[in-house]
Amino acid sequence: MLVPTIAQASADFFRDRSDSNCIQDNGAFCAGWVIDNFDRYVDPLLQHVVLVAVSVGLGFLIAFAMAVASHRQRWLVPAFIGATGVLYTIPSLAFFFLLLPITGRGTDTAIIALTAFTLQIIYRNIVAGLADVPRDAKDAGRGMGMTEQQLLWRVELPLAVPEIIAGVRVATVSTVAIASLAVFAGGGGLGSEIVTGSNITFHTGVVTASTLLIGMAIAFDVVLLLVQRRLTRWRSAGEGRGARRTDLLRTLSRRAHRMG
Amino acid sequence: MTVPLALLDSFSGAVDFIFSQRESFGGGTQVGGLGQVWELTLEHLKVSGIALAVSLALALPLGLLLGHRRTGELFAVAAGNAGRAIPELALIALLVAFVGTGTVNVAIALAVLGIPPILTNTFVGVHQVDPQAVGAARGMGMSELQIAVRVELPLAVPTIMSGVRTAAINIIATATIAPLAGVLTLGDFILARNVYGDEGVLAGAILVALLALTVELTLAAVQWALTPRGLRLQRTEAST
Repeated sequence: MLVPTIAQASADFFRDRSDSNCIQDNGAFCAGWVIDNFDRYVDPLLQHVVLVAVSVGLGFLIAFAMAVASHRQRWLVPAFIGATGVLYTIPSLAFFFLLLPITGRGTDTAIIALTAFTLQIIYRNIVAGLADVPRDAKDAGRGMGMTEQQLLWRVELPLAVPEIIAGVRVATVSTVAIASLAVFAGGGGLGSEIVTGSNITFHTGVVTASTLLIGMAIAFDVVLLLVQRRLTRWRSAGEGRGARRTDLLRTLSRRAHRMG
Repeated sequence: MTVPLALLDSFSGAVDFIFSQRESFGGGTQVGGLGQVWELTLEHLKVSGIALAVSLALALPLGLLLGHRRTGELFAVAAGNAGRAIPELALIALLVAFVGTGTVNVAIALAVLGIPPILTNTFVGVHQVDPQAVGAARGMGMSELQIAVRVELPLAVPTIMSGVRTAAINIIATATIAPLAGVLTLGDFILARNVYGDEGVLAGAILVALLALTVELTLAAVQWALTPRGLRLQRTEAST
């Protein structure tokens, strides 16, 4: 009987606080209000997940196609880096409103702008990952009689997976943060729980939405890390801690270079 | 043909907003025109410039120190990752809720966004400097401080500057929502549709995009100028 009593007591505790003047006083964080109103966060949360997942998914497909195209046609690399660099540099908020006369308010506009933002990060990482494939591995593949096409799909891309996913992770975490601006383009998402009109003064709402946004970034990152582990099981064989450490530094430096 | 024509119309309306004053959407005051554009651009640059200076002042020495000592690798990675997860809108909203509004407060909040990329890139850039170059400097009798400032720092310029460029882009982008915290940057055109109307909003978007691209190109030129000549030559050879 102890457990329900505690549950009851804690529910009372929060209820009491919500009954107090926390909301009227615009307190920093009114736990009771959040518990009573948690329903209102479900839709924006799901919209936000969709915005991020669709934008990063589309961004990955486009960047992947670009990377495959430029893998044999090297002259395309600087052109793609320049073009995606411009898209990356334009602030998302400005991008939304530049698109508005063309695509109108709504989720589509938000997704186009967010997708454009992710291209540079993902493309650079795929290109870097392919460039880092050891020559020995490629020579071995050629020695086995692989065509260039087979070499790309069976040797180079699988070996580049860690860096490719590292790029997707960076893009995803940044997109979770930036998608909160989608509310200004009528794209919904958790930003709608931070801004109402041009009012950002409801403290509890701001704190709750911020917490959810950071939690979502962490959750996406962990999921992608697990995907990466699963796709690179071959690495655990014969490679120890040392290899992992080198790898950490290498991804780190790749990330660092992404604007260079 | 109607869609492209309408499109052309809204963009020419926006351009018109930039170059000539008009009555505000609600009536009463004069808005738009080069005078106001210039005023808001200056404020945008001012708040972003202070923020970038603060992040440089904090992150550059720290990154140099950690990179020189070759410690704090995990800290540098964690700082970079955490920095990307900060939602800009929430940052400004939390600032307004718990700290206050105004140029100084907004600049400090924006500096928070600039620190992670500069810190990570400075660390990585210095960490990657060829140990033989450092050894040669030590053999010439340079002190640790001299090695850090006169050997490691110049050799790390390309990596550091790419971090500075990322920081500057983040800061300029976020300064666009600074009007929510009472600092009237170019974002005001975008956010206050009830004052500037649709043409003002589009004009704001064009101006913010142009500003970001201009700053990015300027910093790319600065990077080129700061890169030691020897390093530049090496890079050109490597790429050909």
